[in-house]
Amino acid sequence: MDSLINLQGEIALVTGASRGIGRSIAEMLGKAGATVIGTATSEKGADAISAYLTEAGVAGKGIVLNVADKDSIESVVKAVTGDFGAISVLVNNAGITRDNLLMRMKDEEWDDIITTNLTSVYRMSKACMRGMTKAKKGRIISISSVVGASGNPGQTNYAAAKAGLVGFSKSLAREIGSRNITVNVVAPGFIDTDMTRELSEEQRNNLLQNIPLSRLGQPGEIAGAVLFLASPLGAYITGETIHVNGGMYMA
Amino acid sequence: MSDIEERVKKIVVEQLGVDEAEVTYLSSFIDDLGADSLDTVELVMALEEEFGAEIPDEDAEKITTVQAAIDYIKAQQG
Ligand SMILES: NC(=O)c1ccc[n+]([C@@H]2O[C@H](COP(=O)([O-])OP(=O)(O)OC[C@H]3O[C@@H](n4cnc5c(N)ncnc54)[C@H](OP(=O)(O)O)[C@@H]3O)[C@@H](O)[C@H]2O)c1
Repeated sequence: MDSLINLQGEIALVTGASRGIGRSIAEMLGKAGATVIGTATSEKGADAISAYLTEAGVAGKGIVLNVADKDSIESVVKAVTGDFGAISVLVNNAGITRDNLLMRMKDEEWDDIITTNLTSVYRMSKACMRGMTKAKKGRIISISSVVGASGNPGQTNYAAAKAGLVGFSKSLAREIGSRNITVNVVAPGFIDTDMTRELSEEQRNNLLQNIPLSRLGQPGEIAGAVLFLASPLGAYITGETIHVNGGMYMA
Repeated sequence: MSDIEERVKKIVVEQLGVDEAEVTYLSSFIDDLGADSLDTVELVMALEEEFGAEIPDEDAEKITTVQAAIDYIKAQQG
């Protein structure tokens, strides 16, 4: 069993690893033996990532990355490749919300979401492509959301981006399957992180009524699905979306 | 065979995983050497890396044979 989830020798890049789901993914891939590079938007955040990785005995480090910035992406992928080797597992996790009803939505709110949550996935994946096609192996896993499949009032922008990366991943999976690279999506439901702590008590209770498992998910429960896809256990899965949502939406 | 010719052939052999004997000047990557569209993109990127050149898409499209690749690199370097 151990050997099936052994990621020894893999170089994993996890965006948005300073907290929440991304942090849990970074820790879990690290525990499975991967070298992990986790990103944050600030030096302080990057240092904190280095600290928790070291603490857990994981090889790798934290670095600063703004996924909304093309140059930042290019320089980070270059630096990581130089320092650690070609990235073999890319986890596109960084994401934000800018909720508003469409009638009130501002262009910035729309653009911020598309740039940070969708264009980033295009850019990150593209930047890792050469290393993966050369190595003839790779895993690209992007974090979508249940909302991309079910829709949610107040989140037209967010849902568009999250659904967009599903189509992106299916197409890329077809493009590079012959190079032994899989491209998949994990779509979390409501997970206990900073992102959902903004919800009111009432919103929270309403949500729970629609979740058969009657609780919010934990970051580790998303990380588990990512680990599965990154490991040899997930080798024959590509272009797929794994929903991890306590039954709140059944695709 | 010039140095450029040799290097181009070596890249073609490596990228397309074909036998050296199969690669002639007239070989078409797609028709003769079994390349698909992704292979040709990778091949052009490998040429860019090897020769430190930047090959724009319009030019890349025309590099369909070993000879075309050699001519293109020679013209660039010369
Ligand atoms: N929580 C949920 O219920 C839920 C549900 C469905 C989907 N998701 C998705 O899961 C992913 C992680 O969510 P989360 O709840 O863990 O979020 P979170 O706790 O709010 O953390 C967001 C992470 O993304 C990073 N980030 C934000 N903007 C960035 C940028 N421009 N460039 C690079 N990194 C950036 C943050 O870095 P800093 O710490 O430096 O700010 C942080 O590490 C997101 O894609 C989210 O959409 C979450």
